[in-house]
This record gives sequence, structure tokens and C-alpha cells, in this order.
Amino acid sequence: MMPYLKFDHIDKSFTRGPIETEVLKEITFGIEKGEYVSIIGHSGCGKSTLLNIVAGLLPATNGGVLLEGLEVNEPGPDRAVVFQNHSLLPWLTVYDNVRLAVDKVFSSSKTRAERNAWTLHNLDLVQMTHAKDKRPGEVSGGMKQRVGLARALSMEPKVLLLDEPFGALDALTRAHLQDSVMAIHQKLGNTVLMITHDVDEAVLLSDRIMMMTNGPSARIGEILSVPLARPRKRLELASNQTYLKCRQRVLEFLYERHRFVEAA
Amino acid sequence: MNMPAIKTERAVAMPNVAAKVLPLAVLDRQSAISRTLKSLQGVPAKTIPPLVVIGLFLLIWEIMCRKAGASLPAPSKVVKDSWELIVNPFFDNGGLDKGLFWHLIASLQRVAFGYALAAVCGIALGTLVGQSTWAMRGLDPIFQVLRTVPPLAWLPLSLAAFRDGQPSAVFVIFITAIWPIIINTAVGIRNIPQDYRNVAQVLRLNQLEFFWKIMIPSAAPYIFTGLRIGIGLSWLAIVAAEMLIGGVGIGFFIWDSWNSSRLSDIIVALIYIGLVGFILDRIVAQVATLITRGTAAN
Repeated sequence: MMPYLKFDHIDKSFTRGPIETEVLKEITFGIEKGEYVSIIGHSGCGKSTLLNIVAGLLPATNGGVLLEGLEVNEPGPDRAVVFQNHSLLPWLTVYDNVRLAVDKVFSSSKTRAERNAWTLHNLDLVQMTHAKDKRPGEVSGGMKQRVGLARALSMEPKVLLLDEPFGALDALTRAHLQDSVMAIHQKLGNTVLMITHDVDEAVLLSDRIMMMTNGPSARIGEILSVPLARPRKRLELASNQTYLKCRQRVLEFLYERHRFVEAA
Repeated sequence: MNMPAIKTERAVAMPNVAAKVLPLAVLDRQSAISRTLKSLQGVPAKTIPPLVVIGLFLLIWEIMCRKAGASLPAPSKVVKDSWELIVNPFFDNGGLDKGLFWHLIASLQRVAFGYALAAVCGIALGTLVGQSTWAMRGLDPIFQVLRTVPPLAWLPLSLAAFRDGQPSAVFVIFITAIWPIIINTAVGIRNIPQDYRNVAQVLRLNQLEFFWKIMIPSAAPYIFTGLRIGIGLSWLAIVAAEMLIGGVGIGFFIWDSWNSSRLSDIIVALIYIGLVGFILDRIVAQVATLITRGTAAN
């Protein structure tokens, strides 16, 4: 059977003048509906490139992405992205940033009042209703990322793409936000593709982890299933044998078999 | 011996209790007073230095131009000669014999037309140049050369083209103000972060939505820099242009005064020009801070 989201033999190379760099090679993978998949790998291995191809922001050189059997070739709200650096529009309030997306996606299917209610509902989902009239410059980094998440969720995407969403946050804020994302995933059953370079984060959140080899010509090194029951509790998992085993596997992959080699 | 001791204790205790109740009101009043004092302290600190400098300047001017045979009028003479002009800017005796207010209004009207036109065309052209690499390659060299042409050099050509003073003056304002607006807008558009473009792509904003919702607000600080430089240049150019085209206007008023050797009137007119130019600049700056409020903070 055809998976919900399919990467079909994706190659990607960048050409600058006569120099051609192959970034991704032969990426073939399938994600089921409602599944939470993380992509982990050292920096420069093409994780972000892969996510941008799925988002439609970059074209694949060969192969392509299929969502529900249809080829993806341009960006769209069915694949909402939460960007690493939040990408909120600083001249709009928190509410207006989300409302912009809601107005665009539901311009014909929802009335004005419904769009207002839907915007507030999504802000409530990420616990940001209290700051809805503030501008992005007036809230903390974690809050901005919450608003970015609300904006993406409000589009009711088929796939939610998270590009290192917690990368720029301190450890405590990050844990807090991870719990929020888990709760939302539990509640809404979204299909999520997340990029990360944090092993604990990958194991804690994902159903499956896609581990990538080092670039250039990065490929899928290994796919690990995380057979942990949901809802998952951070504290209980700390001593859970399955959790530790999964964590160990990812660590071994990243630091033994595919150690990051600094370019000489 | 005991009684007085107790009394003094009470006497001491009483004011203590009272002191605990009083402070709120007292402190409140005190802080209000000190706050007004503090805000008043700033006023002389800001107003005294310029007043002192102006006073000294007038004094030196007076001393230098007082003696008989001085080529320029002393301040006292300016006030005496142009008293009517100073106290009544609103008189209108027909023809060119009007108060300074009417001359300024005529000049401001020309500036308003030319500047508004320059703002609209400048932002449009700047957007084009900022957005399209080909438009930039084609147009930017031309802009870079044309923007160095002094405003007045355009006047003979525009007189030939329009065959009338009024539209020629407006054209000179337009051509003076448009370059900084184009160039700054283009820089602003080119500097729109890729993140905002990605957001627009994911949301599938169309060209028009992208222009109004992303481009203009994102480039607003740059655009206003251009607009502010533009208004300053416009006001510089109008006086020169009006000297040549004649009619009602502050520029021709100065030229006319020079021809009738009314040097005092020229000095009064200069002060007015300076003040109006300053006010125009402040207005554009105020509008800019009002509109770009959220943009600076990221």
C-alpha cells in the first residue's frame, strides 16, 4: 500500500558555476498518517534541504515527494512549516500573525466570525491567548515558537513540518515546548516530520527516527522504530529500558559509525 | 519621676503611629512634586543653550553690521524695516504683494504635488528594481547617473516641454525627490528576509497580497528613509526653481526682494524657509515612527 507521505528516490544537488555538489542521494521513505517521524543527522547532512523539498520550497533534482499519491511541486498550506527562527511578521500582533494564515486558508470555507474563533482556538492550543495582542518583539523566544506552531496548526495541514523548532531555545523552555507538541500530537493526531540534532528529543517525540549519514551525498543510514507507548512521560522514560536502548542506538549511529568528520 | 517618663513614651509613641499613617499621602504628594520638578529640570537644560547661542549670534551680528556703510542690515534694522512682514503674514494686496504665509502656501502646494507624485512613482519603481534582477540591471545604471544631475539643470528642459512655469516647478520637485525614494525602496525590498518570502510561499499569498502584507511593511523603514531625504531635497529645490519661474512663491519673493534691494525682507523669508523645512522633516519623521512602530523590534 502507498504510504501517506512518500519520498520517492530523491536526489538533490546544487550547482554553482561548474561545481556540482550532491547533497542528497537516493532518499526513499514512507510516512504513515498520524505518524511522528524525526530526521536526525550531523549538521550539513542535508536535513534542512530534505525538509525544504517536502515543503516545496526547493525542487528535487531527481525523484520527488508524493502526498496522498499526488506529487508535491510547490509550497502550500497542506504542508505547513514551523521555521527554526519562528519567521513571525514583526509588524503584526501574535493574533494577526495566525489570523493571516487562517484568512488565507479558510477564506471561502469559514465566515469571519468562524475564522476569529478558529484563530483564538489555535492560540489557546499553544497557550498563547494571553499575549494575543502583543507583537513578536515583545514576547520570549519560546513564545514566538509557540505562535509559529499555532500558525502552522491553524492551516490544518496534512503534514506538519518542524525545522529544528526547539533549536534556538534554552533547555527548560525546550522541554516545556516538547511536552506541548506531544500533547497536541496526541490530541489532533497530526502527521509530523521533524528535523532535530538532539538525540533525546528525537527518541522522546518520535514513532520512527530517520538517521542520515554525513554529506556530501547523504543517504538514509538507518531507520529506528521507537516502540514506546503514548502518552510518554519524560520522567518515567529516564529509566525505561526501551527508551535507553533506542537512545543508545541513535548515539552509536551518530558518534561511532558516522562520526562527524570536520573538513580538513 | 515615673509619670513624666510615661508621658514622654506616649508622646514618642503617638507621632510614630501618625507617621505610619501619613506617609502614603505625603510621599505621593512629594513624588508628584519631585516628578514635576524633574520634568521641569529638563526644560531649561534644553532651551537655555540654544537661546544663549542665538543671543550671542544676534549680538555679534548687531555689532558687525551696526556701523554706517555695512553691506548687510543688522538685526535691529531687519525688525524695523520688515515689521509689517513679520507681524502680519496674512495680508493680501493683490498681485505679488502678499504676506509670507501666502507665498509659503504657494510653494508648499507645488512641493505637495511634486513630492506626492515622486512618492508614488518612486515606491513603485523602487519595488520593481528591488524585486526584479533584470529591472535592476537595466534601470539601476540610469538611475545612478540621473540622480547626480542638479535639480535646476532640469528646469530649462521642463520649461520647454510644459511651456508653463507651474508644471515645470512641480516637475523639478518630482525629479529631485524621486531618486532617494527609488533607491531606498529598492534596498528595502531587496533586504526582505528569505523567511518572510518562505512564509508567503507556504501561505500561497498572491502577488498583490505579498505586496501589501509582506513587502511594504517589511521595507517600510527603508522607504521612509527615502521619503525623508526626498522631502528635504524638495524643499531645497523649490526655492531655487521659483527664483527662475516667478509668480507667487517664497523663492520668487526672495528674488523679487533682492531686485528691490529689500535685504531685510530676505532675511525674514530665510527664517521662515528654515522653519518650514524643519517642520516638514519632523512631520515625515513622525509619520515614519507611527507607521513602522512594530517593524524595528524583531
